[in-house]
Order: sequence, then C-alpha cells, then structure tokens
Amino acid sequence: MTRSVPSTPETKPRLVLIGNGMAGMRTLEELLKLAPDMYEITVFGDEPYGNYNRIMLSPMLSGEQTLPEIMLNDEDWYAERDITLRKGERVERIDRLRREVLTQDGDRLPYDRVLIATGSRPFIPPIPGADQDGVLGFRTVADVETMVEASDGDDRRAVVIGGGLLGLEAAAGLAAHGMHVTVLHRNGHIMDQQLDTAAGRMLERTLCERGIDVRVNANTRRIEGDGRVTGVELDDGERLPADLVVMATGIRPNIDVAEASKLYCERGIVVDDTLLTYDPKIYAVGECAQHRGDTYGLVAPLFEQAKVCANHLAHYGIAKYGGSMVSTKLKVTGVDVYSAGKIAAGDDETEEEMVFADAARGVYKKLVLRDDRVEGAVLYGDTLDGSWYFQLMREGTNISDMREHLLFGQAHVGDSGHGATARIASLPDDAEICGCNGVCKGDIVRAINENKIFTLDEVRAHTKASASCGSCTGMVEDLMASTLGGDYSAAPSKKPVCECTDHSHDEVREAIYRQELHDIPAVFAALDWRTDNGCAKCRPALNYYLLCAWPDTYQDDPQSRFINERVHANIQKDGTYSVIPRIWGGVTTPNQLKSIAEVAERFEVPTVKITGGQRIDLLGVQKEQLPAMWKDLNDAGFVSGHAYGKSLRTVKTCVGREWCRFGTQDSTGLGIQLEKITWGSWMPHKFKIAVSGCPRNCAEATIKDFGVVCVDSGYELHVGGNGGMKVRPTEFLCKVDTEAEVIDFTTAFIQLYREEARYLERTAPWIERVGLSYVKRRLLEDPSGRETLSERFANSQRFAQRDPWADQVAAEDDHEYEPMMVLS
Amino acid sequence: MSQSNANDLTWYRIGPVSDIPPLGSRVVQHQGVRIAIFRAHGDAIFAVRDQCPHKEGPLSQGIVHGQRVTCPLHGWVIELASGEAVKPDVGCTPRYPTRVDDEGVISLGVPALPPELTPADDVVHDLADDA
Repeated sequence: MTRSVPSTPETKPRLVLIGNGMAGMRTLEELLKLAPDMYEITVFGDEPYGNYNRIMLSPMLSGEQTLPEIMLNDEDWYAERDITLRKGERVERIDRLRREVLTQDGDRLPYDRVLIATGSRPFIPPIPGADQDGVLGFRTVADVETMVEASDGDDRRAVVIGGGLLGLEAAAGLAAHGMHVTVLHRNGHIMDQQLDTAAGRMLERTLCERGIDVRVNANTRRIEGDGRVTGVELDDGERLPADLVVMATGIRPNIDVAEASKLYCERGIVVDDTLLTYDPKIYAVGECAQHRGDTYGLVAPLFEQAKVCANHLAHYGIAKYGGSMVSTKLKVTGVDVYSAGKIAAGDDETEEEMVFADAARGVYKKLVLRDDRVEGAVLYGDTLDGSWYFQLMREGTNISDMREHLLFGQAHVGDSGHGATARIASLPDDAEICGCNGVCKGDIVRAINENKIFTLDEVRAHTKASASCGSCTGMVEDLMASTLGGDYSAAPSKKPVCECTDHSHDEVREAIYRQELHDIPAVFAALDWRTDNGCAKCRPALNYYLLCAWPDTYQDDPQSRFINERVHANIQKDGTYSVIPRIWGGVTTPNQLKSIAEVAERFEVPTVKITGGQRIDLLGVQKEQLPAMWKDLNDAGFVSGHAYGKSLRTVKTCVGREWCRFGTQDSTGLGIQLEKITWGSWMPHKFKIAVSGCPRNCAEATIKDFGVVCVDSGYELHVGGNGGMKVRPTEFLCKVDTEAEVIDFTTAFIQLYREEARYLERTAPWIERVGLSYVKRRLLEDPSGRETLSERFANSQRFAQRDPWADQVAAEDDHEYEPMMVLS
Repeated sequence: MSQSNANDLTWYRIGPVSDIPPLGSRVVQHQGVRIAIFRAHGDAIFAVRDQCPHKEGPLSQGIVHGQRVTCPLHGWVIELASGEAVKPDVGCTPRYPTRVDDEGVISLGVPALPPELTPADDVVHDLADDA
C-alpha cells in the first residue's frame, strides 16, 4: 500500500497508526464503532505480532496465561477490517511537509492523519554493565520469554532492580518459576510511589514469607559479567550472584518518532484536550502522550483518551479529555494491595489522615482527607472498598456524614448486603460472588481473561455477575482490580445514561429544564442521541424526567414504559400478571374482602397472597383478563395499587392508638391520609412509606424510604431506609409536633427526591450520594423552599392522581390487551 | 423457513400496520403458538416467536428500540430481523416472514399445515376480510 495519489473525494482519507499497542488499537476500535468506513488504515508495529494485552504479561510470566490467550487483535482481525498491518516494521519519522510516513527501510507512505501511539520503554539507569546479555526490562513478550528461559534449571538466581509495581510483579513471577529472587529498591520502602511506610513494610514481610528477598535503601554500583551477567555489586560492596537481572526502574514515554519528526515534546508528546499534537494532522494517545503535564502508564486513562481521540478522528468533534485519576492494585496472587491518589497528608494543615491498623489480621487502611473529601487511599490486606473510596475521591463526595464508619467500608455505611468477604484474592475459584445469577469467582476471572475485558459493564454483559440486584458490585470490582491490577478501568465518575449518549442523567435533566425540551424526540435531537429511538434504558428514564419536569403538559409515552407500568400490573416469570388493588393504609372491611374474593373466584386466580406491604396480591392473571378484572375491582371501589411501578407503593401502618395499649398517636389514620395524598405519583424508583404508632415500630418504618415513628410528644421522621437487597436503616431527619407538619415534610421530601434523584436510584443510595446534611439543608433550614417543594408536589398530583385502571377500562382502544388475530 | 421457498409457507393477512402502535408489538396466535408482530423504527414490520431464547419471556411485552426488542423478564436484547440475541448473550428465537402491501396491510407467512391439509400454492387466507 504505497500509493502516492493524494486523497480525493473518491478515495478515502488515509490514517496511519504508528504503534500497534493497546492505546492505539483501542482508538481504532472506538473509531470503527463510530465511523467504520471512513479511513483507509495502516498500522505499524515493531513487534512481530498483532496487538496483545500488555497487562497480562505478569500472568504470562507466572505461567497463568499464554501468548495466544493474551492476544487482543490477531492478524485476522486486521484483515477482516481491511486494515493493513505492517508488523515488525519500524517508522523512522514523519515527513510533515510532504505528509508522508518514512519507514526504517526507506519506504514512504502518504497520510491524511497520523496517530502516534508508540507507548513507553523501560528506563535503564546508567549502571555500568547494564548492556550485557541477561539484563532486560519487563515490557514485552520477548522480555517474558527471555525471563522464562533464564529460569530454566536448578538453583537459578535473579535480581530485580526496582521495587515498584512492575518490579514486584516480575519478582513474584520469577519466584513462581522457582528462581531465588532478590529485589533491590533504592528508597526506604517498596512501592513508595503508591504506599506509605506502614503498608510498604507489611508488603515486604509478606513477600519475604514467600521467599522473595527484599533489600531497601539498596543502590547498585555495577552489574558484573563478561558479556553475560553473573552478578550485581551494591554500593556497600556486597555482591549478589545472578543469572538474570530485571530492570524495573520506571518507564519513559517513547517519543523517538515524534522527536525525529520535530513535533513538540516535553517528557512526552504534548497534546491538547482532544489528543491533538502541535501538528493539526497528528494525534497522539497512550503512554507516549503528555496531557496537561501528566503522562499515564496505566490502561484506564489510555482508554479514556482513546475514546476522545476516536471521536475527533471521526469528525464528531464533541469529546474532551480532562485528565484521569488513577488507582493501582498489585497483581500478585494472594496479595491484596490497593492505592489511589495521595498516600500521605502533606505538611499543610488542611490535610488529615484516617488510619486503621490490625496487625493480627494483616489489615491496614489509610485515607487522606482534605475538607471532608477523600484525596487518597492506601489499603493493605482488605481492599474490598478500594473502588468505593476511589469513587468517593473522583466524585469529590463530602464524607462528613460518614466519618464515623468510613474506614470500616461501604458495608458499614448502610450497605450490609453481602457479608464481609474482604480477602477476595484468597477466595477459591468456586466461591459464589453473585448470588442472583450464581456466578463464581472463577467464572468472572475466566471471562476477564478470555474475553479481554476491562470494565464493570463488560463483566456484567458477559457473566451477568452484579447485573441484577447489584449488591455484589464491590466484590466484582475488587476481583477485576486484582485480575487486571492498575489497569482495571473503573466506571467513569460521569456515567452516561446508556450507550445511546455520552450525557449523564444530571446533564439530560438540566437540558430538559434549561432548553425547555418537552418530549423524547426533542431530547434526542437537542442532545445528539446516537440511536434513532433510544433503548430500553434511556427511554423510561427520559419519560420520567419529562413527566416530572412538565406534569401539566407532558404526554406520557406508554411505549417508553416498562411493561408493568404500561399495563398496570406486575409481569411474572410465565408471562402472566399479578394484580394488587390499593387498600388504604392496609385497613380493609369485610365487604372489601368479599369483593376481592369474588373477583378472585370469577377470574379463577390461581394464587392469592398477602404482600409484605399489607396488601392482597392476585397472581397468575392472563393479560387479556386485566381490563375486565379492573372493571370489577373499580366497581367494588378499588383503584390500582401501583405495586408495579416506580411510584408510591404502599403506606404500611400499625394499629396505633385506636387499639394498641402502647400506641401514642393515630398511626393508621395518619397512614391513610399520607397514602391518599401521595398515591399515583411517579418517582425515580419505588417509594415506600410506613407509620408506626410507637417506638416499638411494628410497621418497620425505619427501613422505608420515608418512615414516621409516633412518640408521645409528636412524630419522628426518618428517611432513606431500605429493607431490600441492601438493608439500610433510615436516618433521622427531624421531629415534628403535628400531623400537618408530617404531611408537609413527606410531600417536600418526595418532591426533592423526584426532582433530584437519578432514574432508578432509590432514596438510600441517593441520600448516600448527596448526604443527609444536604437534605436537611433543603427541608429544615429553608422552610420556604420546603413549602415550594410541597406545592410543586401538590401541583403534579393534580394531574397524576388518576386511576390508571379506570382510564384503561374507559379507553376504547384494546390493542394492548387483545391479540391482533387468532389464526386457525 | 425461508421466504424464497413459498411452497413451505401459508400467508395470512393479519391487519393494517396502524393496528400496532409505533415502536410496539401485538400478538398473533397460530395453532397455539404466539407470534409477536413488531412495528419497529421506520415502520419496519417483523415477526418472531413470542418467546425469548433465554427464559421464554414474552418478547411482545418488551420495549422496542431501533430494530430490536428488550425482553421484559431479564433484559436480553433480540435483533428482530434475525431473531438472534445481541452479543454477548447467545440464543435465537424463530422468525417468520412478513410482507406489507400497498394498502399497508401486513401478511404473515407461517409454516404450512401437514401435506394432506396444505392449501393450494396461491391461496391466501384473508382472515382480515372474513372477520
């Protein structure tokens, strides 16, 4: 492919990728997703293979993976996409004036765009003797092959110079091959970029127990040998025999091609927020690029860059790269070490440290805080909460409300879902991680390795682990981190609504208000949705946001609602439905019960069940039967119980003062009032209320979204509870004196939740995200603001409080319930 | 079953496109089998067995987007044109050929009855008119 014709409208523009590594290829993959046929693409790679997963060099060294297993794009992949792979060919420089790429062999290749992704190379310090055979870095498949060869034989010795992430992984891998390994580290403790002294020492002890000799404050004077390495001499004169010396003393961006092409470079090739270099035809991504003064050596940031760069190569021109925060995890089997951000508080008094140390269990945790925000985390022994701390750090969450429990982990800040399986690395392969879908540790690790996946969403797609209730997400993330090390791509802090868009829930909502968007097509158009009519994730969310924003005018879109909300009943596993009539406050009469019994008999309902929310569930109803059943229930005075919706579900009550000898207030009466005011309202997720007549709390109000506990002197209001997959007790909001105040706070709280929580976010995670202090500020410290919230709720209820059953019965159109036709 | 081999199919006129809501679906019952007729993006009409390859969820009840449907039970996404589950899920639900005539009436091709009961090749059952 050495045509030198200039690009014309008839020929595709030519894109040349220099560097066949992960960053460059990820950019191509992203580009092909956006614009599959836009460019004629040529890839230069100086290694003699397709693109492989460099992260997996450590497992390859330890023998857990083989080269074919770590290939990301084999040669067929290039061929299938008409991409020319010129492997084993090195690019000399770019002739920017004539727009040609020059290879080492003197070949010239014209281009319209160049992408440089030349990565990095090991930094070999100027130690005498470092140029001998048997001295190498740990960067390529060839390095690994040499290391494995060198380990062959009895009593073989290796010295690893550099006790950072890479050096320790190399040491562990060589030790696994039976070599005697000594790690030499220049500073006072190993991994000093990522760990503080305490965690560093713990790690040194663990490695010693595994037979790896660690020397700190050790400087190498020279490497001995006669063309082939025989040993290492230290500054203090000590000599260590060695058959192999691995230099893991850091990496440097590989900018040879860029410099030879006179592109502006500092430490790396300087790029802007679109990954463009100083030449408008040339982009750079990955370890060779320097963005806002930083270069990155881990995969997660490279993938973020790839996405942005592809967006610009495809002429979309809307993405921006703002830099990355990185976290690291040591990929040594059975050793749990995690680090992100700062490892120690500075001298500056605004920073502080929180430390937890349990030497007997081998657990150490340290958080660095500034202004009630997490700035860094160092975890040893128990790394389960690494991804949670990292998320708090990236989102800048104010942690003042959770200080008391922060160090004990997310499980103690409300989430008591799965027990404490802290040492994920030591679990056996058959340990069940995801209880919903029965996915074991081994399944997840295998999926990550075999499918070459890097993100939580991909793990969910392939294994279904954490894809249902999500309560094992922390464990899955931890497992990904220990399998992929620092290269695990944590979910970005700004999470798009779905794959149809790059916009987050909050951005979409703001656009709906600010640009006054009044229907789903308008949102798609204004925010450049990538799909024609969205997907099953975004459409229900948009329908809710629009309904919440414009309660009086928005025309609900039934096709954008999940089936339960479209047919006002709950779909069951066999495609039948369950019907739950509303029973206000759970208080019923013999007559009502008779009516329900008659309906159940008339429609031959197979199962009648009392629900957890004090209602009666009629299960196994055929879809075709629904309208007739509703009509009968309507005639008996019932309305829809909304047990199927992201909406107010039930108000659960105890009998209260009227009967109970302990009751302090009329809890049933108050519950009925609250249900009559709030029923029919659509919410981001389901919403449950309970009213208990005394602190014995028989209505279990303290695990509801909104709980009222009556006391002798008034009413305690509690918010954000959850009795489901993550049991979370409510937090105390305030105490009020009158029923009227209870109603005010209930409606204001609901409206705040309706307006600000993201779709499918229950009150518990919402409050954990925004903080109880924020809710208090809006409801307690701002009485007039609270009043407006209540007013907005009342206004929205004017339109929402229609019985959907009666509406559906009245509607002439029966298309939803009747088959289109019955053939023969 | 293939559309080209018309001898294997019996065609039924099942009603106008407008009987199905945009981005919606309705069911046609054929010898005890539920067939979901979809009106996808751009009024493209598809027919597949109303049964998700995963756990037999009724696909006709799912949310339709583009030329796909998301099963209401566990969220599998099915490509309507092929009946195949979208990767990484693997599975396929049988599909049936459809045609839309100039008046916008949909015809559905279903496997013919056993040979002894097969109607003549050119017979089209026009149940829409019979009804």
